[in-house]
Amino acid sequence: MYDFDYHRPTTIADAVALLAQAEDGRPLAGGQSLIPTLKQRLAKRSDLVDLSAITELRGIRDDGGTLVIGAMTRHAEVAASDLVRSAIPALAATAESVGDAQVRNLGTLGGSIANNDPSADYPAALVGLGATIVTDRRSIAAEDFFTGLFETALAADELVVSVRFPRPDRAAYQKFPNPASRYAVVGVFVAKTGNAVRVAVTGAGAVVFRHSAMEAALTNSFTPAALEPIETPADDFNGDIHASQDYRAHLVKVMAKRAVAALQ
Amino acid sequence: MARTITLTVNGAKVTREVESRTLLVQFLREHLELTGTHIGCDTSQCGACVVHVDGRSVKSCTMLAVQADGAAVTTIEGLAAADGTLHPMQAAFREHHGLQCGFCTPGMVMSAIDLAQTHPTLTETAVREGLEGNICRCTGYHNIVKAVLAGAEAMAGRAEAAE
Repeated sequence: MYDFDYHRPTTIADAVALLAQAEDGRPLAGGQSLIPTLKQRLAKRSDLVDLSAITELRGIRDDGGTLVIGAMTRHAEVAASDLVRSAIPALAATAESVGDAQVRNLGTLGGSIANNDPSADYPAALVGLGATIVTDRRSIAAEDFFTGLFETALAADELVVSVRFPRPDRAAYQKFPNPASRYAVVGVFVAKTGNAVRVAVTGAGAVVFRHSAMEAALTNSFTPAALEPIETPADDFNGDIHASQDYRAHLVKVMAKRAVAALQ
Repeated sequence: MARTITLTVNGAKVTREVESRTLLVQFLREHLELTGTHIGCDTSQCGACVVHVDGRSVKSCTMLAVQADGAAVTTIEGLAAADGTLHPMQAAFREHHGLQCGFCTPGMVMSAIDLAQTHPTLTETAVREGLEGNICRCTGYHNIVKAVLAGAEAMAGRAEAAE
């Protein structure tokens, strides 16, 4: 690992100022993706700004029916939260499906979404639930937040403060995990609120996306059978040693059907 | 850049100067010479380096020593009593032969204790899922799972006896 300057501010304002001053700084949240890339010298940073001492970035609360989760809340905390489990059980299940127990003890919601790995689980939950990302300076709809491969709408010195999740009537997440890394080869998050259905797909393409054909079919008939005729074009999908483009396209349908079946 | 950190390791306060980039596992092994915590991979997958930081299991190869400034760290060396009596989970691994070469064992034991503490009732499935982050390349999982179930029961029994 190349050396860097380490900072541990206690306020959001100090963290943003440190990032703005740094030549090539990066916030350090749970570090479960950042530290492995630094270790292997895949990345080099002049400064790391550790967010763990900023208490206002942590915690889970209910705000008039909207679930608000602080950016530095660990996956294990989301998975174990009685509030999350009762308000949006599928979100607790998504957190529980990330990595392994030790990764979940350190990894954070804010870190995961700011990194925007194409195979990460949380982006599917945020887009599927129609969540809003609150930063130190604005609010961003989840669909506008995840912009590309490892890219988000965040400025270099902008911090995720919390994520606001509206409660769906029903929601489920199904993923086909890579057996070694537990990343999603493909993951599909389905949420139903009133007559509106949202289907978000992670792992398949460069970035999470909504599957409008599936949403239309499920709005018409909320059954696994309704998804049977829907074909997913594989042209822009990821293809690698773990799964070909066509296999990922196949998995999108299988995971979506399982998610809908879980909600019958 | 060097920084001075103070943390509690196995109950004793230690203060050392470290580089920002020093990993917690390097700090434990090379600065404190606590070599019971192992390094089995470079990719945060194998779990041989698992220690407890403020009571929860983490991979010490995926955390900076400076991040542990002010924290309480427990390693495999900190489990047994002063008179050498093994922790119930260690005793269960010995009793059930939950190891072959032993390289993964420190991480397995540390993960297993956290698992037992956070799950009042453990099933075989829960143990197998709970140990996803620990790899045994001898593939001796069967006896490890038996050991964890027995160790968790012994820990619960000890907790009840203390009440």
